[in-house]
Amino acid sequence: MSKLARFYRHSEGARGFALMSPTMLVMLAALAAPLALLALYSFWSQNGYALDTHFSLAQYRASLGRVGYRALFLRSLEISSLVTAITVLLAYPMAYFVAFRVEKSKFVWLVLLTIPFWTSYLLRVFAWKVILGYNGVVNSGLMSLGLIHQPLEFLLYNPTAVVVALAHAWAPFAILPIYVSLEKIDRSLLEAAADLGDGTVRRFFRVTLPLSMPGVIAAAVVIFVPTTGDYVTPSLVGGSNGVMIANIIEVQFDKVGNWPLGAALAMASMATVAVLTLLFVSAVRAATGRIR
Amino acid sequence: MASGKSGGRAGLLGYAILYLAFLYAPVLFLPLFSFNDSVFIAFPLSGFTTQWYEQMFSDDAMLHALRNSLEVGAATALLSTILGLLTARALTQFRVPGGAAMLGFTSLPLFIPDIVLGISLLILLNSANLPLSLLSVIAGHTLICVPFAITVLLSRLEGFDKSLEEASRDLGETAWMSFWRVTFPLALPGIVSSLLLTFIVSFDEFLIAYFLAGNEATLPIYIWSQLRFPYKLPAVLALGAAILVASTLLVVFAEWLRSRGLDNRKRITVGA
Repeated sequence: MSKLARFYRHSEGARGFALMSPTMLVMLAALAAPLALLALYSFWSQNGYALDTHFSLAQYRASLGRVGYRALFLRSLEISSLVTAITVLLAYPMAYFVAFRVEKSKFVWLVLLTIPFWTSYLLRVFAWKVILGYNGVVNSGLMSLGLIHQPLEFLLYNPTAVVVALAHAWAPFAILPIYVSLEKIDRSLLEAAADLGDGTVRRFFRVTLPLSMPGVIAAAVVIFVPTTGDYVTPSLVGGSNGVMIANIIEVQFDKVGNWPLGAALAMASMATVAVLTLLFVSAVRAATGRIR
Repeated sequence: MASGKSGGRAGLLGYAILYLAFLYAPVLFLPLFSFNDSVFIAFPLSGFTTQWYEQMFSDDAMLHALRNSLEVGAATALLSTILGLLTARALTQFRVPGGAAMLGFTSLPLFIPDIVLGISLLILLNSANLPLSLLSVIAGHTLICVPFAITVLLSRLEGFDKSLEEASRDLGETAWMSFWRVTFPLALPGIVSSLLLTFIVSFDEFLIAYFLAGNEATLPIYIWSQLRFPYKLPAVLALGAAILVASTLLVVFAEWLRSRGLDNRKRITVGA
């Protein structure tokens, strides 16, 4: 015991481990164990009310084989890719502005840009239903101005509405990482490029943009991965054409009650997203390397 | 050339203002229509009223959900901040082998869709024959809040001057007292802002709670249940406006505290 105590006192690693162990235990119990069970369930089957615990690939065959599910996977990925591209493109100039043009009140700008992130996600998405709805802000506004006589029906309940609402809800996630990587750029590099005769535009594409790519990649990943699994937005503004994979997963755990199928759908979508993300990150890295 | 440059400058500022409008305008329609004297959420506005607020705050189901959310939020904030503090302290004070990998592991919940976290916790509780309750919601929320707590506290403890604590030890304080009298007060702004931010994340979280709450309802679950009744929308808008104002105040306070803390720390390090 005293040997152990002496070892403990002298070993930084052991003391570090001891301090971290509560968090690690919680993460093992609430993250690793549930995910392992999810994986296990995806190889089982639902037999009426009972679970058939024989190993089977039936759920994966259903998840990937049925046309309806495949279409949902594709649509979720399409919507998330669009959301990611739009959000990052819109956020870049904003982050650039705060990093290079704002001098004294940077902190105020950053807080202004992050406040919406901390206010209710449900309500931010719901706001778009209020805006785009049949009797919503846009339609009633245009009608009271006399510009239209019938409410426009194409505004809500389609994939475009999902993209708009998601791009709005996730905006702060793009700004912060891009801002941080722009802020880190050594200003003397920009001066050097200018001294060597690069114009503003050329300098931006040859120096600023490549150096800020880590922030762009981080922003893209942090938006793409969670939005593929978004449930609230497609339910509120997507309509039947805007349904995404999370909606169908939720159904398996609710009304229909086929947990193994829901687990397989979740596993398959996580795996797809992980592979796509890795491909994207390595492709962007390779492309940036070539510019430099 | 000079005029072109200032043109670009004005253009960027204009863009920044438009961007802020895009961020804020949709959300600001909620408070606007919450004072509108009509059950339809449409222009033109028909008159000022506070009846939706009165209706909302006399709704027992809403008050019950609000109390649940406050309890879950407080417990989550406390748990995740304690876990975050232990982890941040371990990583900043000791050279822990595999520390980076463990930090990566704790940030995984940020990269897994909430729906997956929700259903996998549901499967775990179900397999262990544990009942769904507010306790399971607290567990789920703690899971997603730990990464936030660690990030806030790590940035607070990282630049921290180790010599202050060593000086305290040299002057005869025990390790525990040194922590209590030196480290803790210095980390306090980070601790408070971690408590506030994790509280807000939990208070707003819908999907995980939706899977794990069983027969109870948190405030977002209550709101979700109201959204399908058109005649209840104005009262939901009133509730939404109240939540927006309260959480904005909390965030501004948390951020202000964090930035003030950072300034203080600089001063102390320079002084030492």
